[in-house]
Amino acid sequence: MTLKPPDTAEQSAEGPSRNSPRLDRRALLQAVLAAAVVSHQASTPRAMAETTATPAAPEQAQMALSPSQLPEPSQRFRDTYASLIGNGTPLEERVRVTLPEIAENGNIVPYKIEIESPMTAEDNITLVHLLSTANPQAHVATFHFSNHSAKAVVSGRMRLARTQEIIALAQTGTGSLLVGRTPVEVTVGGCGND
Amino acid sequence: MAQKPRIKLPDQAAIGDVIEVKALVNHVMETGNRHDADGKTIPRNIIHSFRATYAGEEVFRAEFGSGISANPFIAFFMRVPGPGEFEMTWIDDTGEIIIERTPLAVV
Repeated sequence: MTLKPPDTAEQSAEGPSRNSPRLDRRALLQAVLAAAVVSHQASTPRAMAETTATPAAPEQAQMALSPSQLPEPSQRFRDTYASLIGNGTPLEERVRVTLPEIAENGNIVPYKIEIESPMTAEDNITLVHLLSTANPQAHVATFHFSNHSAKAVVSGRMRLARTQEIIALAQTGTGSLLVGRTPVEVTVGGCGND
Repeated sequence: MAQKPRIKLPDQAAIGDVIEVKALVNHVMETGNRHDADGKTIPRNIIHSFRATYAGEEVFRAEFGSGISANPFIAFFMRVPGPGEFEMTWIDDTGEIIIERTPLAVV
């Protein structure tokens, strides 16, 4: 990856942009409660439920991430993904990406990529890309397997700037593409924006 | 590097066994996204390449971006082809090359 210009604006804006609509509503409802909720994010769903039933409330009312809670993939991700797949169409199968449902520290988040494959000379996985839909750099890593690999499985630790979906895009020995994805909620973002 | 890389292998393995190989190296993995106190960008310095060979043949290779955590850890699998030694190589943006060799006890 080439060195990209600093991207603090996007990330530092993330917290406020997510919080401010709720703050506005809350300010109208109950200013004191607003302050309490800001300092105790975990209590937000309950506090919201007690005071109001605005349409936006369900977004915060459950712990597990629903697709609607995920940010739109970044332009960087879309460009990277488009260049990686070329004119191919990845199949959404055989690739499992595992990360914690909730990552408290975005600087160190364990990941595991597992691709179902016998890893024989005829049927194997040559490589897999690990991609982030919302980090400053979309390309996280590329892993190359070999004819000694035995399993198309790799794990390690990655940085997550914010809540997002993580994508693994694998290529088979015959050139077809497989993709897997998983959402991960990030409490404190990594990627080094001081 | 202040500390030697760490490579973790099974205590012993037989030919044909599938083993998990774990490797950890100390490195700041500076992203290039951060700024110092004067607001200047801290230049990117990451390990961008990792390569593992066994008995002289490549068994696994990776390219890393700045989204890989500091002190990069990697775990992968290998079917033991015979007796041999691992050689792991990490290369960072400054051109520093870290090489670590470890034999596998093949029974």
